[in-house]
Amino acid sequence: MSEVSLSHLLFLSTALFFIGAYGFLTRRNMITMLMAVELMLNSVNINFIAFNKYLFGDKLDGVFFTLFLIAIAAAEAAVAIAIIINIYRNYNSIEIDDADSLKW
Amino acid sequence: MTGDYKIILIPLLPLLSFLLLGLFGRKYLTKSAGLVGTLALLGSAVLSLSVAADYFFVTGKVNGVYQPITVLKHTWLAFSPGVSIDMGFLIDPVSVMMIVIVSFVSLMVHIYSLGYMKGEERFATYYAFLSLFTFSMLGLVLSCNLFQIYMFWELVGVSSYLLIGFYFDRPSAVAAAKKAFIVTRFADLGFLIGILILGFGAHTLDFKILIERLTTHTPELKTMAGTSFLGLSALTWGLLLVFMGGAGKSAMFPLHIWLPDAMEGPTPVSALIHAATMVVAGVYLVARLFPVFAISCPGALHVVAYVGVFSSLFAAVIACTQTDIKRVLAYSTMSQIGYMMFALGVSGYGGEHGLGFTASMFHLFTHAMFKALLFLGAGSVIHYVHSNEMKDMGGLRKYMPVTHITFLVACLAIAGVPPFSGFFSKEEILKAAYQNNFTIYVIALFTAGLTAFYMFRLYFSIFWSKEFDTHHSGDDHHGEGPWTMKIPLLILSVLAFGAGFVPFGNYVSSDGNALSSEFHLALALPPVLIGLFGIALAYTMYVKQNDLPRKTSELFARIYKGAYHKFYIDEVYLFITKKVIFNLVGAPSAWVDKNIVDGAVNLSADLTEDTSMLIRGWQSGKLQQYAFCFFVGVIGILVIVMMWH
Amino acid sequence: MSISSAIFYLLAAFILGSAVLAVTARKIFRAAIYLLFSMIGIAGLYFWLSYDFVAAVQIVVYVGGIVVLIIFSIFLTHHVGTEMEKPNRMRMGFSLLAVIFAFLLALIIILRNDFAPGVVPVDLTVDRIGLQMLSLTEYGYILPFEVVSMLLLSAMIGCIVIALKLPVSASQKSGN
Repeated sequence: MSEVSLSHLLFLSTALFFIGAYGFLTRRNMITMLMAVELMLNSVNINFIAFNKYLFGDKLDGVFFTLFLIAIAAAEAAVAIAIIINIYRNYNSIEIDDADSLKW
Repeated sequence: MTGDYKIILIPLLPLLSFLLLGLFGRKYLTKSAGLVGTLALLGSAVLSLSVAADYFFVTGKVNGVYQPITVLKHTWLAFSPGVSIDMGFLIDPVSVMMIVIVSFVSLMVHIYSLGYMKGEERFATYYAFLSLFTFSMLGLVLSCNLFQIYMFWELVGVSSYLLIGFYFDRPSAVAAAKKAFIVTRFADLGFLIGILILGFGAHTLDFKILIERLTTHTPELKTMAGTSFLGLSALTWGLLLVFMGGAGKSAMFPLHIWLPDAMEGPTPVSALIHAATMVVAGVYLVARLFPVFAISCPGALHVVAYVGVFSSLFAAVIACTQTDIKRVLAYSTMSQIGYMMFALGVSGYGGEHGLGFTASMFHLFTHAMFKALLFLGAGSVIHYVHSNEMKDMGGLRKYMPVTHITFLVACLAIAGVPPFSGFFSKEEILKAAYQNNFTIYVIALFTAGLTAFYMFRLYFSIFWSKEFDTHHSGDDHHGEGPWTMKIPLLILSVLAFGAGFVPFGNYVSSDGNALSSEFHLALALPPVLIGLFGIALAYTMYVKQNDLPRKTSELFARIYKGAYHKFYIDEVYLFITKKVIFNLVGAPSAWVDKNIVDGAVNLSADLTEDTSMLIRGWQSGKLQQYAFCFFVGVIGILVIVMMWH
Repeated sequence: MSISSAIFYLLAAFILGSAVLAVTARKIFRAAIYLLFSMIGIAGLYFWLSYDFVAAVQIVVYVGGIVVLIIFSIFLTHHVGTEMEKPNRMRMGFSLLAVIFAFLLALIIILRNDFAPGVVPVDLTVDRIGLQMLSLTEYGYILPFEVVSMLLLSAMIGCIVIALKLPVSASQKSGN
């Protein structure tokens, strides 16, 4: 722990975030996009925990943020799945490019 | 001062009548509209006489000179200190005389219309328009400010338009109304420019101050007389342009083309507007600005004189050939107004020199009486015969005694036979012309003879000539007309006879001093003789139907043809408007408007559409594209912020 | 390099590797499993940081809840065996470019910053978490706690409403 400095952890979380961003921008399937979003949320969690551990060791705020964020991510995933199922019923496909009715 | 209230009420009563009849007449006052209008006018007439009595006998004179009194001046729109549009009333001998004439003749016409327009569907509208006209005319003559007179001038034009085109389902009436309005409006262009020149030059628009500034040695007069444009001084231009406006309204050559066509309106309207009141507005305008004309710009006055005398002769020649009785009377009006104009034109200012001015105003006064009488009588005849053409009439003296006698009185008055009123006023005009300009005197004398000739040609053709066949006035149950039509004829005929005995010079003169004119037998005789000669000629040719008129017309074939076609002036105007204005000016303007102006607008619309087609791809509806742009945008902002610090 | 650093680098490699595979896998079920591995790796990371409670919550909620949910939804909407199409080249290229650029930017910001040395860490026990979460004092998190519970309730209701299957006639209209 002493050898692994904060910047290492931040490197990890940043990399994870941008991997998730790449997945979000590239994937054609709505469910895989959701997976990428989960990755991004997780990277944020790692960030909070890292800062809490390394800079504010005696306080718990980062932990709380993480806990709440996990709860919120769960709720959000559930709602997203519900929406995806609804879209599947209407368009009969879950390709993101097929749901483009709001265009010019 | 109660005098002020009287003066305010004089134009106010017709205005109220107009509003009442205009707003509620159609629905609620259809039967009583005539009474409402007539009562309002009765009030105005009584008040005018009262004001006149007050002014001429009690308050007007200061040291034996009649003063212009300004009653009520309210600054409405101030352009700069001194130059402002005021609304107010100016009382001086001429305006008092005019309000008496206008309200009185209007009252006669209102009473006459009760009988003439009976059964007309738009009865209330007719009276509303009549009231509007009376209000406008009264406002015009009471104006104290050049711009105010212009406003009422336009109002009078509008009323005239409404009344000429009263029978709007007749295309000829509509065309005539448009013609009258457009021609006078065109003349008013000159009027407006003239107002602006005079107002700018004298730094005021108020009559009293304007006249004072432009007749005494003031710096304004120097600049105006000094600046020259195309050879004439600014003052001359201003006065000539103002006269152009007056010439349009008073149907002087060449702006006279609207007056004969204006006879399409109902006959009482012709009597009121196109004989006695509106058409003399031009004469009134010149009389208003007379000191400036006479003292500072005699050149303009010469123009007035020549235009007047030429119009007079021109109209008289045409009147000799017309067969529609209203047209004859219209040209006669033009001729008589020409008399008034040139009388002003040959006049000087002050004392003995101002004879022409007094004569012109006197003739205006008497002319209003006998011309209104002539028109109302003609209306009676038309009402009886249901036609305007002379060939449908003849021998009517047996069937229409009252009309016959009053018409005869009016014809004698206009021919200048003593002791009828026309003799006195014409004699004074000719005396003024003789004293100042012999050419004009000769022309005027000849015109007097022509006047007598064509008027009695008219008289004999209507009431003598041949036996009247009653078959085509099948419903002659109405006889000559109800008493509402006869009473005005009788009252006016009394005035046409007696108005000449008023010592006019004591009241109205160019500078306010009493002017007495003596009776010169040598000068009075020629017009009477020439008038009697004209009457005799008409008698021989027309009292019994014979071949003489036809032979005479063949003798003067060319002139006759020209005069019958009104000397082709209308055709000239038509040519100018159609070929010159429409093709040279109108068509290119339309092309510019359609292609260039519209084209520019269409071009901008097309450009917008094309651009939007290009950029609409951004709204693709694809979520990832939006996310990508969002992402790139955020990074961009981050970079910029980082660079900043 | 001590054992804990080695464990850290191993964990990090595992996490990042699974993540990359999750976003690039051609078969969707495999992508879900790779996501699962990534989550477990992150839980391991939390254990390595000796935040046991958070790690436990991560496993229970994320792995046991969210990923399972995702797998169920895959079954509901997909033919699991088929391969998904590759995204078109342009989109891949641009995204890659943007992401790498942003990553380098973030890295520069991180590496330039000297983080102040921290306070000595104190053990994280469940009762500490519990007491602080429900306390009303200055650093208490009772309000966010209540708000999150409201959020969970509304999310639950919302999901049910959105995914509700309408009665037969309307669903026949919307189904086609």
